[in-house]
Amino acid sequence: MNYLTKENGLLSWLLTGDHKRIAILYLISITFFFFIGGALAGLIRLELLTPQSDLMATDTYNKVFTMHGVIMIFLFLVPSVPATLGNFFIPMMLGAKDLALPRINLLSWYLYVLGGILVIYTMVSGGVDTGWTFTTPLSTHYVNTNVLSTGMAVFIAGFSSIFTGLNFIVTIHKMRAPGMTWFRMPLFVWAHYAASILMVLGTPVLAIAVVLLALERTIGIGVFDPVKGGDPLLFQHLFWFYSHPAVYIMILPGMGVISEVISTFSRKRVFGYTAVAFSSVAIAVFGFFVWAHHMFIMGISNYAVLVFSLLTMLVAVPSAIKIFNWTFTLYKGSITFETPMLYAFGFMGLFTIGGMTGVFLGTSGTDIHLTETYFIVAHFHFVMVGGMLMAFLAGIHFWWPKMTGRMYPEKISQMAAVVTFIGFNLTFFPQFILGTLGMPRRYAAYPPEFQILNVFSTAGATILGVGYLLPVLYLVWSLKYGEIAGDNPWQATGLEWQTQSPPLTENFTELPIMDHEAYDYEWLENQKTKEVASAG
Amino acid sequence: MPDSSAIDHGAVTTAGDAHAEHPSYQRHHFETVEQQADASAFAMWLFLLTEVMFFGGLFTAYLIYRNWYYPAFVSASHQLNVVWGTLNTVVLILSSFTMAMGVWCAETRRRRGLVLCLTLTMTLGLVFLGIKTVEYKEKIEKHHVPGQHYSLQSFLDPAHDEAALAAGDKPLALDMARHTEIYFSLYFAMTGMHALHMIIGIGILAFMIFRARAGAYTGGHVTFVENFGFYWHFVDLVWIYLFALLYLISRHQ
Repeated sequence: MNYLTKENGLLSWLLTGDHKRIAILYLISITFFFFIGGALAGLIRLELLTPQSDLMATDTYNKVFTMHGVIMIFLFLVPSVPATLGNFFIPMMLGAKDLALPRINLLSWYLYVLGGILVIYTMVSGGVDTGWTFTTPLSTHYVNTNVLSTGMAVFIAGFSSIFTGLNFIVTIHKMRAPGMTWFRMPLFVWAHYAASILMVLGTPVLAIAVVLLALERTIGIGVFDPVKGGDPLLFQHLFWFYSHPAVYIMILPGMGVISEVISTFSRKRVFGYTAVAFSSVAIAVFGFFVWAHHMFIMGISNYAVLVFSLLTMLVAVPSAIKIFNWTFTLYKGSITFETPMLYAFGFMGLFTIGGMTGVFLGTSGTDIHLTETYFIVAHFHFVMVGGMLMAFLAGIHFWWPKMTGRMYPEKISQMAAVVTFIGFNLTFFPQFILGTLGMPRRYAAYPPEFQILNVFSTAGATILGVGYLLPVLYLVWSLKYGEIAGDNPWQATGLEWQTQSPPLTENFTELPIMDHEAYDYEWLENQKTKEVASAG
Repeated sequence: MPDSSAIDHGAVTTAGDAHAEHPSYQRHHFETVEQQADASAFAMWLFLLTEVMFFGGLFTAYLIYRNWYYPAFVSASHQLNVVWGTLNTVVLILSSFTMAMGVWCAETRRRRGLVLCLTLTMTLGLVFLGIKTVEYKEKIEKHHVPGQHYSLQSFLDPAHDEAALAAGDKPLALDMARHTEIYFSLYFAMTGMHALHMIIGIGILAFMIFRARAGAYTGGHVTFVENFGFYWHFVDLVWIYLFALLYLISRHQ
């Protein structure tokens, strides 16, 4: 008996209040949208195989990259780790029976689905071509595509994200088991706490920006219209006030996953636990004060550029704290190379490159040369695909045995991790070079001298596609044919591993009491000895 | 699973269980009623925080444009009807009072009192929207709604405009007069968003009155009424700021 078998039938899923079932619903829906977004990325890479725009018309190309961005950002990256792994494991890690607000949790999923349906509607009714940033006055005055339905989708999906974040904060404050103090929480929970603050405070600003955009487009209220004295820059300020913190909403939960994985597979407590915990909060706080680095060439004042450039550098500090502390955790650990760990190594390398190139872009001088080129595209994808997606896959492979009770085939999954890493680098590393050489982003055609690097990139994308399809195949296969995983296949310390796999609907048979620090592997050994003694 | 219902509802009935006294409204995943009440109240505060950020975007826009186009904002604000605005403020503060009384009635388990207070609150909310409609109608008639039909007449030629004349407005240069449209954009966006919140609130109030008559909130489970009270007071508070910023400041030069 477990949460999957307790009740049957479609309705028992669609009306569930169980955080684990909602996590599964989310997992299925975000995977669906990931592959739609991925297919669009494939089209982009195919178009860019040749210098001419020959596969599709240029305005079709605009729609394809816009839809790719909208889907990947709002329907995949933002909910990816929090709504699936966070939803599933935060209550379990805290020793709670559920999130504090189960019905709000379900509502959040329905809002997500509604947003998704609107995006699909947008696509089938002709798409939208403003880029995912909806820059005014392009989006208000100059395009005839479905800006409104996309805006509505973003607005609704935004509320889904607000409710997830709100639920996490309340749960972390109010639902901790006895003995689960703030500094005994797994770092995964800390990372989600920080990300949730960003969701709760940032997303409403995007919502109002989108509302004003819609009013501007429909009745021409003039707030962003220079003809009437409005300022298009105001839209960008409001938009990036959310959309820059949004990248931390995306990456922080991934960092939480990496902390768990690195500790488990090097059998050591995370080095500098407190520093890593606070670095998450620091990223969230600093993250709110750097948004204008997206606008260095948009005509903001030189003083603003200076200040935002400095503040941008500051975010690098807590990010570096994390990377250093994970490295020190590895030092003298008993490292093993299971699949989640391979993905985690991928994350550390690629995120470091992605983060460092972020410093180049935060430096106003280099930014003026590099912005709006493929350097931006490469930087963003190193952080989001190389960082976040690797972390997501690390997390899925790490917790799959707990979620489903089954193991996946180890050799194939290790291979998939390596394929993903190779494919990723081949796809995106050439784009750094393209950007430095000056190839602009968002064009269907480019000068012929850039072709060779674009061919590399497209070839890499093919490999990357294989790397993403493989896990779907063997994970689905494992549901039926995988070995039974057992309660704690990785010998990890989190409370979620100290209960059965898959868990009961109420997670634990009795209320757990946290009587040890997080990542205490000695405690785990003692537990085992005790169990053996009592069994003997 | 025969005993799943027992686990589901938290009010576990196993022999000698100290939890047997759990009230029926305690949801199964909470350990105590206090924890449940704490969690809901905290969630509501967080939700209001998102609302602050939501309106914050509008207030930011208001402050920026007010600084840039000060004369336009002053002249445009003279077109608002302070009497209606003040009356609406009084109506809303009254409704906050009746709402607070409603929460008190729920806490002290007075069913009739609760129904009465909620009905009064809803009525006052509707009165507010009614007055707002009258105000909007005035704006429509004077072509002060932003968009195609917006008219600059009142600002270019204040001598022929009653409200402008009463405030002693000087004619604005064409360039500055155009910026009054920004003021009215923000006026409609801000008061419109506020009215939308009122409408949602009135919808919830209707639902609550229906449930309160059946005694849903007077059996000790007051969380919903309390949380709605937070929401209602918050919406009132937003109006207080809107009233001050849109109607009152710099009215007299």
